[in-house]
Amino acid sequence: MPESAVSRYSTPAVALHWLLAVLITGTFALGLYMHELPVSPQRLKLYSWHKWAGVVILALSVLRLVVRLRSPRPRELAMSGWQRSAAHATHHALYLLFFAVPLAGWAYSSASGFPVVLFGVLPLPDFVPVDKELAATLKGLHKTLALTLGALVLLHLAAVFKHQLIDRDGLLARMGFGRA
Amino acid sequence: MSLRSLSLLALAAALSTPAWAQTAPKPAASPKPAAATSAAPAQLVAAQSEVAFTSRQMGVPVDGRFRRFEAQVQFDPKKPETARIALKVDLASITMGAPESEAEVVKPEWFNTAKFPQATFTSTAVKALGGNRYEVAGQFALKGITRDIVVPVTLAAAGANTVATGGFTLKRLEHRIGEGEWADTSMVANDVAVKFKLTLSGIAPL
Repeated sequence: MPESAVSRYSTPAVALHWLLAVLITGTFALGLYMHELPVSPQRLKLYSWHKWAGVVILALSVLRLVVRLRSPRPRELAMSGWQRSAAHATHHALYLLFFAVPLAGWAYSSASGFPVVLFGVLPLPDFVPVDKELAATLKGLHKTLALTLGALVLLHLAAVFKHQLIDRDGLLARMGFGRA
Repeated sequence: MSLRSLSLLALAAALSTPAWAQTAPKPAASPKPAAATSAAPAQLVAAQSEVAFTSRQMGVPVDGRFRRFEAQVQFDPKKPETARIALKVDLASITMGAPESEAEVVKPEWFNTAKFPQATFTSTAVKALGGNRYEVAGQFALKGITRDIVVPVTLAAAGANTVATGGFTLKRLEHRIGEGEWADTSMVANDVAVKFKLTLSGIAPL
């Protein structure tokens, strides 16, 4: 995990961060809205879009992890011990959830008897069997993990504002497209 | 013969013809053919039969089957063109593994089972293609609309029974299955693959 003299994250890392921020936020909002709808063609369409977005997020998260492990990163900002620990823990948890949330959702769909067909054309494998009880468990898991992800994103945003506006340590520039 | 011998003889005779045992065969639910003659009715073995379908929702295959159906079949392998097939499916007996879907599909926009509880197929002609393959032409009625269809059927022996398998592609909009907002075929495809496996007893060897 190379730290170097650059002042910001690499361009691919920055691009993936913002792209996934939009995708994850949008997919989360879609999930919140759609799951209360009555059965209708609209609901069928939104569920499909939500699943396709989830699979795209999963694939991009793999790419993001590879970039994270290989690209040069800026040196850590100076901050107290507990803040550093909190930042590490939050970021690690976020990475875990980037994978766990869509995987749980994919498994939930499979267990409910609805295999995921990406963009309506590419059937993805079911890695769990069709099982009503398993589906109920996975539904709860997907929801809990997604809400945890949402809470951590809010914590992440609060920390960004704290660093940028209170500490004034130029944190945001590290995830921008300015000079490296 | 002494009285004692007669008694023993009577006892022996009584014991050798158990009057309490049921020697007459149990009557069948409907007349069984004594031997498989032409146009003798076959019996559906429901436990080894299935009427099922696969639909597609935005590319996702969704399966379902009907738990209650009846078949009246008369078939003589030596004279297949004399065969008569009548199938009745109880549409409300649908099971799709998803309670929400099952509750939706009986509604007026879909099967409207309150008004049209059954789908039926009645054969009009049977053509043998050789190799235990047949084409069964007939009238298929669903939701008050009747269409002429031709269904390819393959027969196979399964012990003493005969298994008929086949299927056809149903165009759901031709029977107004999924009306109004559900008529959009990019949501639920027009083509529905219907397939059946009917196990029948009382058919002569193929």
